[in-house]
Amino acid sequence: MKADVSSSGPPLVELKGISKRYGDLLANDGIDLSIEPGEIHALLGENGAGKSTLVKILYGVIEPSAGEIRWEGRPVSIGSPVEARNLGLGMVFQHFSLFDELTVAENIAVALSGDWDLATVRGKLGEISRTYGLALDADRAVWTLSAGERQRIEIVRCLLQNPRLLILDEPTSVLTPQEAEHLFTTLDRLSAEGCSILYISHKLEEVRRLCRRATILRAGRVVATIDPRASSAREIAALMVGSEVGEIRTDAPHHPEGEMLKVASLNLPPAGMHGQSLRDIDLTARAGEVVGIAGIAGNGQTELFAALSGERLAGGPDAVVIAGRPVGTTGIDGRRRLGAAFVPEERLGHAAAPTHRLSENTLISHAAAEVSRSGFILVNAARRLARTIVQSFDVRTPEGDPQARKLSGGNLQKFVIGREIIRKPKLIVVDQPTWGVDAGAARLIRQALVDLARQGSAVVVVSQDLDELFEVADRMAVIHQGTLSPLKPIGEWTKEAVGLEMLGVAQASGGVHAV
Amino acid sequence: MRFELTPRPNVSPVMRALAPVAAFITAFLIAGLVIWLMGRSPAAAFDVYVLQPLSDPWSLQELVVKATPLALIAIGLSYCFRANLWNIGAEGQYVIGAVLGSWLALKTHGTEAGLWVLPLMLLLGIIGGALWGLIPAFLKTRFGVNEILTSLMLVYVAQLVLDYLVRGPWRDPKGFNFPQSVTFDPSATLHPIFEGGRVHFGALFALIAVLATAVILGRTLFGYRLKLTGDAPRAARFAGFSSKSTTMAVFAISGGLAGLAGITEVSGQIGQLQPSISPGYGFTAITVAFLGRLNPIGILIAALVVALTFIGGESAQILLKLPLDLTQAFQGILLLCVLAGDALVSYRIRFVTRGGGK
Ligand SMILES: Nc1ncnc2c1ncn2[C@@H]1O[C@H](COP(=O)(O)OP(=O)(O)OP(=O)(O)O)[C@@H](O)[C@H]1O
Ligand SMILES: [Mg+2]
Repeated sequence: MKADVSSSGPPLVELKGISKRYGDLLANDGIDLSIEPGEIHALLGENGAGKSTLVKILYGVIEPSAGEIRWEGRPVSIGSPVEARNLGLGMVFQHFSLFDELTVAENIAVALSGDWDLATVRGKLGEISRTYGLALDADRAVWTLSAGERQRIEIVRCLLQNPRLLILDEPTSVLTPQEAEHLFTTLDRLSAEGCSILYISHKLEEVRRLCRRATILRAGRVVATIDPRASSAREIAALMVGSEVGEIRTDAPHHPEGEMLKVASLNLPPAGMHGQSLRDIDLTARAGEVVGIAGIAGNGQTELFAALSGERLAGGPDAVVIAGRPVGTTGIDGRRRLGAAFVPEERLGHAAAPTHRLSENTLISHAAAEVSRSGFILVNAARRLARTIVQSFDVRTPEGDPQARKLSGGNLQKFVIGREIIRKPKLIVVDQPTWGVDAGAARLIRQALVDLARQGSAVVVVSQDLDELFEVADRMAVIHQGTLSPLKPIGEWTKEAVGLEMLGVAQASGGVHAV
Repeated sequence: MRFELTPRPNVSPVMRALAPVAAFITAFLIAGLVIWLMGRSPAAAFDVYVLQPLSDPWSLQELVVKATPLALIAIGLSYCFRANLWNIGAEGQYVIGAVLGSWLALKTHGTEAGLWVLPLMLLLGIIGGALWGLIPAFLKTRFGVNEILTSLMLVYVAQLVLDYLVRGPWRDPKGFNFPQSVTFDPSATLHPIFEGGRVHFGALFALIAVLATAVILGRTLFGYRLKLTGDAPRAARFAGFSSKSTTMAVFAISGGLAGLAGITEVSGQIGQLQPSISPGYGFTAITVAFLGRLNPIGILIAALVVALTFIGGESAQILLKLPLDLTQAFQGILLLCVLAGDALVSYRIRFVTRGGGK
């Protein structure tokens, strides 16, 4: 049973008039919010609305400029995450806070306050992963894991501390539908056990499935508190953005022509002990089309991306052919010079350097962008380029040329995608293009990718979001345990067929539920 | 109870600018306290350490002379440290640079060899230091060996090589069995910039290195490469910067500059090879690099400051009978204060009382 939201006692936590100012920008503007014991409360709003800022204040990561927090009716000051944890708060951040070199168990042990030894952690970890169906191998090094698996670590790490309020900042953006469904069951169960949950997501359907109250932010202010089940996803989206979100246009005619990307019998050993190997991958992408690659996280997407981008080299030059040139043994800048562009899954730390300004971050694709000449940086050109990206892709920035880490997650995503699209590459490979962006921005990004294809580029989109792939792709394949299904026109796929391929049971028949 | 550092939400630029000043004052206060506890007058010590060297032309020249190798080496180290690579062995690269450069000086000793000797010696110095620096870089990129250990251990190897040479094959036969080489010919000697002065052309090299580095780090892709490799290694790989070639490049640069410092010191100051050719410049330069916050201009200033403590320390030993080790202690205190000041600008200390346990 869920605890009754309208129960008498004081709310578990109450925020009163919380404001946060960054220079001229009011990221939070007098926010009131209360959460009852056992309630699953959604926090919604478009990219940059101030959601992460608000929960970071609650978790003691940043200090509010004004406002008060009450915990069970008692005013408290939460000065640090340690104090927050001692009160009974747990938080899964939007961006991972894990040490790449450590194992799963070590990562969990270092983050726990109190005396935990590895053996205990390992035991507890197994217990929790089993109870909640969050499979994790305690001894794997984090750097070998996919984003979805990393997210799992963060969630398990919180559950280990038996929190009374669990804050989840976009936990499902990298989870597969099945994983997400597991998570919802977990959350329902936690809620029934009396744990409150503050849930941030851009996926309105899951909010409607999970929550009975939702607070909607726009530009740092509360614009509405609603019962999400009483309104449609469309209406909620309209409240968030302040206007209706349209569908993307894909109807422009397209005539796929020359092959921009050809992958033939690509084999790649796993990077490290636990990585996924790639086996006999065949893939083509022609100018003018969008090729989608579906699959559950951790099935070789990261490896495939690295092989296509040239961050990892193939055994022979002919395994990867870009624009007719064999590049299997050519590094990433060589491929960029041939007109290719790449956007990896992780925006902070991989696609962009957190502490560098946006203009400096344009230098990351220096091999193809006009930001340097004979080894010298063209500072003004880089600034201009950053400004153009910001304007064309509606990136909301707190200041003129901010550090990448100061952008909200979705806005940084728009920036790193914009940085590549803006130079009209002949081939672009994007891993999880709309991870954590709001409905409006997702539409903008998808539209930009489709438009790019229609203008004669080849676009490869790796995504876990089937709806997204069905929306943008012309042809699609499914990756499972390092092998790729045949590439078929989108019209020949059904969601059921994709679901079966994703689970690797395409040939076997019956008995398996579709996605 | 324990305390933890929490990031300050807004870092004030004024505080950031004032932090080194505050660090200096604090370091002087601590050093003064120590000197007072040793039963000497802190005021007299301040006079000997700081005021006298700065008011006397001879010591001012000496300041530049001492700052030269420090700045050269520290500038080189800043390339490594920016890229998060830890070259601790600049002392060894300095020694090998000096040895290789001196080889030519000894080879041409007593011959009619002309103007070409000196430039070639300097070049050999750079090459020697760079090659010595490339050893840990190679071991790291090829076998994944930790560069801190190998670069440090190679210091001792280098020192033993030098020791062997000056006691054995390179010893001056007419040197009364002292372990030292012959005195270099004028053609192998780096001359003072001003007639009769002490400051030799090495100081100019240091200045050039500072200016060139300011341009390279701030304005070139290579400079950005180091910054990106240090700040976000994965993004650096994504940018197409191979970490192996970065490692090789920065070790070669820092080794080369250390080697240049070594050969300029030997041919400009000492004039011959002897078992000890450095009062630990290669190690002190690490302090200098961080005192200067890895910024070329900062390093130049830091080199002068640290040189001042060297000179002040020497006169304090003579005039106040203060041990020379105090100088090193003071350099350490200074570095700690500067680093602490930097940390306190971006973080604040917070005491946490352990509440509910786990
Ligand atoms: N450290 C910072 N300095 C300056 N501005 C910041 C900083 N952190 C966040 N901001 C700004 O505050 C605003 C709110 O950011 P926040 O991360 O809370 O958005 P969000 O609602 O979580 O968005 P998203 O859905 O994209 O994650 C943004 O405009 C962002 O650029
Ligand atoms: Mg956010």
